[in-house]
Amino acid sequence: MENFALQTEGLGRIYKIHGNRKEKAIRKELVALKDVSLEVKTGELFGLLGPNGAGKTTLIKILTTLLAPTSGRGMVAGYDVAQQPQEVRPRINMVSGGESSGYGLLTVRENLWMFSQFYGVPSKEAYRRIDSYLKEIGLTDRAHTKSSDLSTGLRQKMNIVRGFITDPQVLFLDEPTLGLDVGASRDVRRIIREWLAADAKRTLLLTTHYMAEADELCDRVAIINKGQVLACDTPENLKRRLQKDVLFELATSPLNGLPLSALEKLDGVKKATLRESDGRAEIKFMLKEESALAGVINTLTSANVKIQNLTKHEPTLEDVFVDLVGRSMEDEEHVESD
Amino acid sequence: MQKSTFARSFLTATWLGWQIESNWTDPFLFAVYSIVKPIASAAILVVMYGIITKGAFGDPLFPYMYLGNVFYMYVGAVMTGVSWSVLDDREHYKTLKYIYVAPVNIPMYLLGRGVSRFITGSIAVFITITAGVLFLNVPLDVTKANWLLFFPTLLVGVIMLAMMGLVIAGITLTTVRHEGFAGEAVAGLLYIFSGAIFPLDVLPAFLRPIGLAMPTTYWLELLRRSLVGGVAQAFPTLAGFSNLELFGILLALTILFSFIGINTFRYFDHKARERGMIDRTSNY
Repeated sequence: MENFALQTEGLGRIYKIHGNRKEKAIRKELVALKDVSLEVKTGELFGLLGPNGAGKTTLIKILTTLLAPTSGRGMVAGYDVAQQPQEVRPRINMVSGGESSGYGLLTVRENLWMFSQFYGVPSKEAYRRIDSYLKEIGLTDRAHTKSSDLSTGLRQKMNIVRGFITDPQVLFLDEPTLGLDVGASRDVRRIIREWLAADAKRTLLLTTHYMAEADELCDRVAIINKGQVLACDTPENLKRRLQKDVLFELATSPLNGLPLSALEKLDGVKKATLRESDGRAEIKFMLKEESALAGVINTLTSANVKIQNLTKHEPTLEDVFVDLVGRSMEDEEHVESD
Repeated sequence: MQKSTFARSFLTATWLGWQIESNWTDPFLFAVYSIVKPIASAAILVVMYGIITKGAFGDPLFPYMYLGNVFYMYVGAVMTGVSWSVLDDREHYKTLKYIYVAPVNIPMYLLGRGVSRFITGSIAVFITITAGVLFLNVPLDVTKANWLLFFPTLLVGVIMLAMMGLVIAGITLTTVRHEGFAGEAVAGLLYIFSGAIFPLDVLPAFLRPIGLAMPTTYWLELLRRSLVGGVAQAFPTLAGFSNLELFGILLALTILFSFIGINTFRYFDHKARERGMIDRTSNY
């Protein structure tokens, strides 16, 4: 029988949204997760990729026993998260990025030691692990600093260490590099890789909306949007879906009112996304064949749009997302927030 | 030896609670605050009593009121000490979700967080009683006090207050307001109906049964009796009960409230998971 660290079967979660006092009677339902079925093997680094509000954090909250599902079933290390949370918790840990949690009156070392005690790690071993991870993440010189005196980024580093020191069977990292600088993000990715490589029984579930991070780290990735899993495979296989397509990126002057739909309607154009900023436009095209590029360039030049740069590139997970959803992840977030 | 989840949760939370309680300022200021705050709050009541009774400090009502008020400090300290941790961890430190994810027994964790408030509350109680004896002629003779009654009563009462704190903690888990109104409301009700500063006889007859259903009523009465004996028995409501009978009632009500406390917390804990409120911050 296959050894799964995580399994979900038709997992769903609906939030009931209550109106304010005047709108008391108005109740809306928000479907955060819909019929999610996933299997993550022991030893895998599995990524959940999707825009903000896609349902990634909701899925993690359910799997870490913080939130009850409204339908379906979730299993972690062979235990049902809703029925056996007391069996699940000793085997997991979780870190959320982009927040500054922690007891400000305690030093970094004290904060970490305290959490290790909740997991029953002997003090001596806890301090050994704390010192080792603090060194790896570059926080040794702040070990005796009160966490209230740390910047948000340094607090986040402390919290990332908190996830590793208890040596969980399954570690959940929810956007761990959100808000970290480039160097710190690189350190975190290195620690993740080394931690997994050191023991084949460890499993890591990572959520991110950084495509490159998922591509670099994950053995397999599930692309999730509006609570549904749209695709689940290795990054290579996901990108291979697009290899019959040709991907170009054009940097141009502003489009002078030329609608994007005019480009999307051209023969041979499969999808196009536009990002405009600072008097410059970036258009990404997914073409059925390379010859369709001529039509695109003609249309742009006819509208007095100057082409500043043209790049052909290999498919990325961002392109896979565009292919699946029809919009870039950034555009999808804007649509959701509007 | 590996500690059990119960012991780990309780002891680590006790350590954390003490760090938070005692480290918010330097030790000298902490000591001054620990002395000044309880004496100042007792002084307000003493001044009011002095004005209303025109200085009748020899009346049995004075030690009744003074000691009732002093021991009532435990109600605020222990009960809200347990429940406040939910708000503190969720809203302020944003750690509640990580504690929930850990193999922690949450009721034991919350009880552990209440221990530091019990310790600081005990210091306040000791200082205020000492001040009462030294400067206000509270008739407490340490050689005549019934310590065999006092300490078991204190212990049972603190457990009872902690269990009431669990009820409030449960309610707090499912609310998003961060003012801790539930704890304040319960503490206020107990202050009126437990005979803390006036005997239950003062209340209209139809309200007295509320006071008689409160374990704090018997607890405060026993604490007064153990320290100042006959003075506490000068008021008729509970005068007909022996110390043993009162202790039996207190114990029975504490067991009942423990059952209610643990099960109420479990219920709200379940509700909080259903509604997704373990990590929800109010942002207002």
